[in-house]
Amino acid sequence: MTDLENSLVLSNISKQYGDRFANNNISLEVVGGRITAIVGENGAGKSTLMKIIHGSISPDSGNLNWNGKILTKHSPAHARDLGIQMVYQHFSLFETLSVQDNISLALGSENLIGEPSILDRINQKCEEFGIVIDPDRLIYSLSMGERQRVELVRCLLQKVNLLILDEPTSVLTPQETKSLFGVLKRLADRGVSILFISHKLYEVKELCDQAIILRNGKVEGSFNPKKKTVVEIANLMVGEELTVPKNFEKRESETTILEVKNFYSDNSGSFSTSLKDLNFDLRAGEILGIAGISGNGQAELFNAVSGEGDQMCEGMIEFKEKDISHLSPQMRRETGVHFVPEDRLGRGAIETMSLWENSILTLAVPEIRKKFFLDKSYLNSWTKEIIEKFSVQCLGYAANAGSLSGGNLQKFIMGREILQQPEVLVVTNPTWGVDVAAAAAIHHALISLRDRGAGILVISEDIDELFKLSDRLMVICEGKLSKARSIKSTSIQEVGQQMVGANSSTTLANESR
Amino acid sequence: MIKFELRETESRVMSVVSPLLAGILTLLTGGLLFYALGEPPAKTLYTFFIVPVSTLYGLSELTVKATPILMCAIGLTLCYRANVWNIGAEGQLLIGALVGGYAALLLGNSTSFWALPLTLCLGIFGGLCWASIPAMLKISFNTNEILTTIMLNYIALNLLLFAIHGPLKDPHGYNFPESALFSDNVLLPTLFDALRMHIGFFIGILLIVLLWIGINKTLIGFQITALGKDDKASRFAGFNKKALTWLVFIMSGGLAGLAGAIEVTGPIGQLIPHISPGYGYAAIVVAFLGRLHPLGILLASLLMALLYLGGEMVQIELGLPLALTGLFQGILLFFLLSCDVLITYRIRFVRKRTELN
Repeated sequence: MTDLENSLVLSNISKQYGDRFANNNISLEVVGGRITAIVGENGAGKSTLMKIIHGSISPDSGNLNWNGKILTKHSPAHARDLGIQMVYQHFSLFETLSVQDNISLALGSENLIGEPSILDRINQKCEEFGIVIDPDRLIYSLSMGERQRVELVRCLLQKVNLLILDEPTSVLTPQETKSLFGVLKRLADRGVSILFISHKLYEVKELCDQAIILRNGKVEGSFNPKKKTVVEIANLMVGEELTVPKNFEKRESETTILEVKNFYSDNSGSFSTSLKDLNFDLRAGEILGIAGISGNGQAELFNAVSGEGDQMCEGMIEFKEKDISHLSPQMRRETGVHFVPEDRLGRGAIETMSLWENSILTLAVPEIRKKFFLDKSYLNSWTKEIIEKFSVQCLGYAANAGSLSGGNLQKFIMGREILQQPEVLVVTNPTWGVDVAAAAAIHHALISLRDRGAGILVISEDIDELFKLSDRLMVICEGKLSKARSIKSTSIQEVGQQMVGANSSTTLANESR
Repeated sequence: MIKFELRETESRVMSVVSPLLAGILTLLTGGLLFYALGEPPAKTLYTFFIVPVSTLYGLSELTVKATPILMCAIGLTLCYRANVWNIGAEGQLLIGALVGGYAALLLGNSTSFWALPLTLCLGIFGGLCWASIPAMLKISFNTNEILTTIMLNYIALNLLLFAIHGPLKDPHGYNFPESALFSDNVLLPTLFDALRMHIGFFIGILLIVLLWIGINKTLIGFQITALGKDDKASRFAGFNKKALTWLVFIMSGGLAGLAGAIEVTGPIGQLIPHISPGYGYAAIVVAFLGRLHPLGILLASLLMALLYLGGEMVQIELGLPLALTGLFQGILLFFLLSCDVLITYRIRFVRKRTELN
């Protein structure tokens, strides 16, 4: 293998949107057969850079150099010819088709004929890289981790010299992450270059040979992550002393504030999960975490508590010993229970509406919400307060929600609920796809809300986050909840096992291979 | 090779340029069409678009035609903002005309001041009831409102035809399928002698102002827009989707019913088979041409009225078919929708990619 093989050199790449540089004079080098991490806050220019490498955006200036040749006319099709493949953060799979069909669709007709058959080739690749997947299963029945493997196998069956992964571990259990890393290391050993985009600095440290930090569209540094501590990396990334919550005191609280009793929902026949006999209590002044792989009933649980679901359900949801299960979301807010959904755009906020308009959505001040005319001056100052107190980076209260970066929008949505002083806050994936600084701000806000005596229910797929935040932890698997346990009396390994279910068909041995 | 590329943000310039571009393309296509028919394009276009509004009488007629279109379009704007695809303004207008007309016949001998307002209110009520049928079907059975409203348009037309061929036919009308002429006290007052312009147009302007206030300043208006933009977010916010759907249907039906009642008590003065030359359908075009914005639909309804007048004018002056009006409406909507692509996409001309390696 020569030095040139599978190497990519970017020189002076710039891309400008309006007067903002998404990428500003970026030069970097990806060495063949190495795993390179690209880390940076949201809005640092990572996605733009990946799209330039993948050919879907062309840079304003600068050039790409693949194996010593300058790429003059780059496009996704051309990238595919060169063997540059990408696994996106959001999968593009057809839910109602099987694994094999999805892979066939991506390959194109010329790859489907001839020997060995597509099924054999899938099985062969899976064996070669130690990937466990059943080609006949339908996509909707797969966990996020399994879906990712489908995407991965799809890339592997084509020519692959450079593999780009965008936040690949955000939806995985610890065991799944481990097995993914195994595959990636094996690929790197065969000379494939890998670009790994992640917010999770521990993973970068464990997996990558080289890390490149982007900040405000510029390369801030390049180093060997194995030789730096996580705090050092984080400081390079955000450019200031990191404010991850120090080991704050975990608590055991006694007063129940929200109680769910014998809750069932029946969703059989649809793609969602039925909830089976949920019982738990959330106490005032604690953070109760719910861990689980996505698709195990988290969305249904959230809808049941927020009152959005139209599924058939029975059971009681008591807030301060009063049943609220028949109330609308807005009436629940007025009693003091607030919610932050998983989807920021398209549920928590409306993309094409301004921030002040979005502030109306969950406002639980009856004098304002029940007025016939909108009280614009109240709403404007309310929006300004959210923006200020949660340091939301935006063009003011009239900016469209869609113009904010993910982290800033999440801060806005968090602020919108937290500043209303809820007594119970239910949050799904509070820091999903959010940069370190925003995540820290959100964690701080949640903790100080807890310290003011509110009960907080955090539903998250990020196990590290749950261990960091929660006082007690439950696991949801196939619509059933485990008993809540104090965080001190459980471990990441144990929770990871519960997440895949003791009786699950996929055994742990396979998962952690 | 022509390539459409997604823009980073929607182009504000294009959202203004697109209707203008669509207008120009419509004129060009219309010119070509006239040329193909063997008419001089420039003169015919002049007859179509300029002659009808070159007199005071013409301008008055413009407002007469624009009034029902405008009223229907106001209601449809509310529906479309809420993502409710009410295509039934035509049927709601006809039922409004029928119920209003029936009231006008019954109240013919009344000398009360309230006879006309009552007639109009019953027209509103008729349209509103008609719109409540698809509303109920949609809310209770999740029926697609596009289908039900279109079907109800035909039922409404046949109800009208039944009424004027049967129970409401003028006994002294030589068996023509028409009702008796309404008496003067239930006719809308006209503003000037010898012109047909009536107060309906000003009611329309007033409604436009109310629409603007409604969608920009009130919580309900906000909820309607939010529901249309993002169903999930408005459910998360706890807005009452059923109530909002009812509301927009009823408002739209009521306004279309008012338009119908105004037509029969205004320029027509009796119930006839052809109350509406497709005003309810034209209003759909107007709502989109005006970008669901109050000022936009006011201008668009005037333009649409001009197409009606122009069609009549070229029929009278040059003997061209009246179907040209519908054709122009269609061409205009077609170009508008096509040009709207440019708001979210840009066109790039690229040469076919040559292999590099």
